[in-house]
Amino acid sequence: MKAFLILEDGTVFEGTHIGAEKEIISEIVFNTSMAGYLEVLTDPSYAGQAVCMTYPLIGNYGICREDMESRKIWPDGFIVRELSRIPSNFRCNATIQDVLCEYDIPGIAGIDTRALTKILREKGTMNGMITTHEPTDLELIKEKLRAYTVGNVVDIVTCEQKYSLKGSLELSENGPISGSAKYTGEKEMRPSLVRVLNGAGKKVALLDLGAKDNIARNLVQRGCDVTVYPARTPAEEILADQPDGIMLSNGPGDPKTCTEVIENIKKLYDSNVPIFAICLGHQLMALATGADTYKMKYGHRGGNHPVKDLATGRVYISSQNHGYVVDMERLDPSIATPAFINVNDGTCEGLAYTGKNIFTVQFHPEACPGPQDSGYLFDRFIQMMEVEKDA
Amino acid sequence: MPKNPNVKKVLVIGSGPIVIGQAAEFDYAGTQACRSLKEEGVEVVLVNSNPATIMTDKNIADRVYIEPLTVKVLEQLIEKEKPDSILPTLGGQAGLNLGMELEESGFLKSHNVTLLGTTAATIKKAEDRQEFKDTMEKIGEPCAASLVVENVEDGVAFTNTIGYPVVLRPAYTLGGSGGGIAHNQAELEEILENGLRLSRVGQVLVERCIAGWKEIEYEVMRDSAGNCITVCNMENIDPVGVHTGDSIVVAPSQTLGDKEYQMLRTAALNIIDELQITGGCNVQFALHPTSFEYCVIEVNPRVSRSSALASKATGYPIAKVAAKIALGYTLDEIKNAITGKTYASFEPTLDYCVVKMPRLPFDKFITAKRTLTTQMKATGEVMSICNNFEGALMKALRSLEQHVDSLMSYDFSEYSVEDLKERLKIVDDQRIFIIAEAIRKGIDYETIHDITKVDIWFIDKIAILVEMEQQLKNSDLTVELLKEAKRLEFPDNVIAKLTGKSETEIRQMRYDNGIVAAFKMVDTCAAEFEAATPYYYSVFGSENEAVETRPEKKVLVLGSGPIRIGQGVEFDYCSVHATWAFSKAGYETIIVNNNPETVSTDFDIADKLYFEPLTPEDVENIVRLEKPDGAVVQFGGQTAIKLTESLMKMGVPILGTKAEDVDAAEDRELFDKILEETGIPRAAGGTVYTAEEAKEVANRLGYPVLVRPSYVLGGQGMQIALNDAEIEEFMAVINRYAQDHPILVDKYLQGKELEVDAVCDGTDILIPGIMEHIERTGVHSGDSISVYPAPTISDKVRETIAEYSRRLAKALHVIGLINIQFIAMGDEVYVIEVNPRSSRTVPYISKVTGIPIVDLATEVIIGKKIRDLGYEPGLQPKADYFAIKMPVFSFEKIRGAEISLGPEMKSTGECLGIAESFDEALYKAFLGAGIDLPKHKQLIITVKDADKGEAIEIGRRFEKLGYTIYATRSTAKALKDAGVAARKVNKIQQESPTVMDLLLGHRIDLVIDTPTQGRDKSRDGFLIRRTAIETGVNCLTSLDTANALLTSLENGKKDKLNLIDIATI
Repeated sequence: MKAFLILEDGTVFEGTHIGAEKEIISEIVFNTSMAGYLEVLTDPSYAGQAVCMTYPLIGNYGICREDMESRKIWPDGFIVRELSRIPSNFRCNATIQDVLCEYDIPGIAGIDTRALTKILREKGTMNGMITTHEPTDLELIKEKLRAYTVGNVVDIVTCEQKYSLKGSLELSENGPISGSAKYTGEKEMRPSLVRVLNGAGKKVALLDLGAKDNIARNLVQRGCDVTVYPARTPAEEILADQPDGIMLSNGPGDPKTCTEVIENIKKLYDSNVPIFAICLGHQLMALATGADTYKMKYGHRGGNHPVKDLATGRVYISSQNHGYVVDMERLDPSIATPAFINVNDGTCEGLAYTGKNIFTVQFHPEACPGPQDSGYLFDRFIQMMEVEKDA
Repeated sequence: MPKNPNVKKVLVIGSGPIVIGQAAEFDYAGTQACRSLKEEGVEVVLVNSNPATIMTDKNIADRVYIEPLTVKVLEQLIEKEKPDSILPTLGGQAGLNLGMELEESGFLKSHNVTLLGTTAATIKKAEDRQEFKDTMEKIGEPCAASLVVENVEDGVAFTNTIGYPVVLRPAYTLGGSGGGIAHNQAELEEILENGLRLSRVGQVLVERCIAGWKEIEYEVMRDSAGNCITVCNMENIDPVGVHTGDSIVVAPSQTLGDKEYQMLRTAALNIIDELQITGGCNVQFALHPTSFEYCVIEVNPRVSRSSALASKATGYPIAKVAAKIALGYTLDEIKNAITGKTYASFEPTLDYCVVKMPRLPFDKFITAKRTLTTQMKATGEVMSICNNFEGALMKALRSLEQHVDSLMSYDFSEYSVEDLKERLKIVDDQRIFIIAEAIRKGIDYETIHDITKVDIWFIDKIAILVEMEQQLKNSDLTVELLKEAKRLEFPDNVIAKLTGKSETEIRQMRYDNGIVAAFKMVDTCAAEFEAATPYYYSVFGSENEAVETRPEKKVLVLGSGPIRIGQGVEFDYCSVHATWAFSKAGYETIIVNNNPETVSTDFDIADKLYFEPLTPEDVENIVRLEKPDGAVVQFGGQTAIKLTESLMKMGVPILGTKAEDVDAAEDRELFDKILEETGIPRAAGGTVYTAEEAKEVANRLGYPVLVRPSYVLGGQGMQIALNDAEIEEFMAVINRYAQDHPILVDKYLQGKELEVDAVCDGTDILIPGIMEHIERTGVHSGDSISVYPAPTISDKVRETIAEYSRRLAKALHVIGLINIQFIAMGDEVYVIEVNPRSSRTVPYISKVTGIPIVDLATEVIIGKKIRDLGYEPGLQPKADYFAIKMPVFSFEKIRGAEISLGPEMKSTGECLGIAESFDEALYKAFLGAGIDLPKHKQLIITVKDADKGEAIEIGRRFEKLGYTIYATRSTAKALKDAGVAARKVNKIQQESPTVMDLLLGHRIDLVIDTPTQGRDKSRDGFLIRRTAIETGVNCLTSLDTANALLTSLENGKKDKLNLIDIATI
């Protein structure tokens, strides 16, 4: 069946319909990762967006459900150049077509994804429609597209109620296995989140703003007991559980729409509990402490962005997915200073909070998809909690 | 970290002659690195024995030494030039080994020379089998169970503990020389013995066989601050067991999920970090197809063939960045030249698919085994880019120029299902065609996968191509079907064949429906950033993004495609120089080529680069968009020449010599007419199509005769026939492929062969010099030792050659380059052939005479006159040096290849000996080719009857040098009868000691074996020659070469060589 992607600027791409039969309007973004499409599809940060993969051959290794980063598929739509006719992987247990239908997500294949990417790069992220109806009144559609806003999507993606995960500290010769652990077989591949191991784990409160599972998994693998809280949980409730550290997760949308969460984070900031934040969590902490964020022209979405640790000068390749960024021009150094910057465009990739046991990053040390180079930041968080406890 | 201020003068080591496993990729890497160093104000001293390279040009390095790559030469060079640093990681394994030896001996330290790039300890950790294993164990990276052995017994004992099959990998060899897989003890003993001999340190790794696992490679960069990135990963379609150089490779990996991809990426970074490599590095993994188990296969701590491929596949200039890292820069300080916005620490991401295919030399070595193993056999490769895998595969196939344009090009339709299942077990260059046929015959994916271990995903892609063939054959050609066929990159001629239409009809239908190629950009970033460098590939069914430019003048330079025997890196040298010369003259330059190993396909050589197959249809796509003012075909070898007619049909003017004049040189009748008019004699001959006609001509002329197809390169298919039976055999071989042009049969003249390359402006001719071949006619000029200036010809011959050259160039209206080969018999000069284009000897003659003939030819093509360019026409005065070009062969890599020299070219590369005296030049030339004698002072002579007289003289001279001579029965008798002491040695089937025993005893310096004229069919001679080659014994099949070697030996070893900076010529 034919499908159409219509952009806010009036561009129409004609392709083949994939996934659920449904018309959607969403914000169109592109991701440059060459592998990891399932991790992208299940990243809650994509709620309210339709994702275009710039790599043209998608679905080659099918779907390995155990690689899902959350309970469902979040993007409103999926845009690819070519969907593989057959999947090939020893763990594969579904196809992209299967899961798109299962979660009622429409998509379009067979379009010139590079041309689309160039439009987004040049004109900036914009809204678009995926439909199987041939567009007749383009002006009307454009008007509809312009009127569309994403809104606060954090409420949609966060968990409904708080739950706990027990730490599982697996010891290898070189200490606990980390995010860059060697996978040796299917069994070890996805360490069970409920496996209970005896170990004096740190208690981590994870504020779920749309968290990818691998954040919790990284903490659990390091022996932490993780309690996951819905996004609107009052700070008092979290602090009452006396966590050793607080983790603010990634999540979707414009950070400025999360006013209630920002108020809560202000209280967490004042609490002196060590805090580590990723992506949306990082932006909300900045907003909570008086800094500003702005929308980037077309964002950073991919697995190849170099970020520089300003403390050491070392450069790491990071996994990224964000359309908003903290404005470094308007930082108050008495509150926070840049800790990481993007090597290419110099934008803010991380902040160190002055006089506080708080650090936050814009990129994704939990990877999945993407490079595992910055997984060491979870170790740094564990150390922060140790130091705080000793003190 | 900024640049290290202590680095002011760097010695860069090149990789030497082109051999299998070490080809043009190092000219590309070396050239890019030298330019990168010069850009930083560093003085570059370059040493490389290969004159055909761009890196040995005086505009690439400040000081250029085309000298043998030996430790002694390098020591003398360091003493002479006093560099403060040495960069050995750009010259392949050859350069790396030399750097290691200089470091280990303490020479570098005592001369205050710093090893740049990577430390000796690192190289040792990566290259020494045991140290590597220990290092991997330390950081928990798995390797296959293995043991380093130094003798056969230990290898057998270890294998008994881990079980067969095992893989054998000799330490410190290139291209996996001497390696292989042993399935039983007999195979183990054979391969192991050979491998131990070939290893520089006498070590071979015996390893658990992981054949059938996925082979995945990562190209990694690391700077001195410890920042690491991966440039690209690649997946071999052929699973572990086939050398990656012989595999079909795809980038990025296609069948790996993010979990596998990141697991191996992290492992690669851990490894490069532990090895503390600064620069580029290649890590190869074997990944179990149905688990997350993996093994590290090997690490190359230097730029490599794979890194050249990764550079071209992504646009990331690995060698350039590696050179900057060597100077102290960190990745975040080096700008990405493609985008101008990002930095070298940005990992490239692709939005297309790249397929690399090997160019295997089985068309040259018909007797060779076609099976592919862990020992590389390919002489070159092609790369193609498309936004779908099927298209990239189709483009790669037709880029090979091996009469292949689809998966139907080899016909296996006669095979039954059972035959095919058997045939699938054979791993050779035709396996992909067998898989296609298996699909056509309905064999299911699982069965094919079980036999071949090729991933189902690739099998399905081949099936998609097969289905398209069938659809085109069986259904009406609708616009939709045509669109889809083009999206899969079916060429028009294949569609025409399948649909029963003409190619013109197909093209018309395409144009009528707007089905035309669009061009996309390689930009390192999947369009995330705007790119500054126009590097394009074509696709169908997408929007064109190639920017139309309308400069005043625009020229299309056609490249020479994959490196193959007969068409090597020399033609890339010519293409690149022509491009630079056009650029200097104000032209916008466009290069079309498909070889990832070359300088010409570097992103900043031409104004625009189109990475495309060199077929008429593919070139026409570019022409339609670019509308060039002209095209030059005379620099790109036969690949470019073959496109002449098509370009003219497209309305593109051919710049320089006109197509009809090129034809006149190739067309026997036209050429004979010109010779008659100009009064130049040639060997009598005729043109034929059939064996009957050929026999008639041959008998009229009298045997022996030379038989060859017209319009070929490297004498492909050329043979000397002695009788009617041989004529029949050779004609059958030539006519395996339908010939567009007649076959030539000439009287064979045995004389002195001479050659000139010249520039002609239509009126005047500039001849830099005359080259003389040491081997008499009958040996292909590319396989002959060539001496400049011609040492043994009379002034009269010299004048005659100059005069004939002038007449020929004028009669053929040559504008640009011309290459002419002559035979001199006494003072009589005959012309053999004329090629109005660049030749193999162009870089060599340019460098040793200091006359930049490609640049001059380009100026002449643009319209200048030789006199305007500051040159007096005619034969130029002799240089003050003797320069000897020595062919280099790769016979040991091609099991079963016939090594005897003849009219068909067999050498893969060349080296140069340049000196003030002929003797020293000859010594250097032999040394550069790896012939460093005497060692044991024992040789074997076995010659055909006609050569016995000359052999006696040769024997006598060797005897005088103190050599012990072994000879087979009749040769021994002839020698003894003439008073030369010779020991008779038994033939192979006779009782021991036989020739074989002697060879295998490793006490022999040299074998002189002249095969029976024509094709040697005796099993003995062939076996002796093969055994000699495979046991590392020099084997000469021409008495002229033997005489030259004797001359060199009689002059003794030279301890002190006079090294010549050719930049001063």
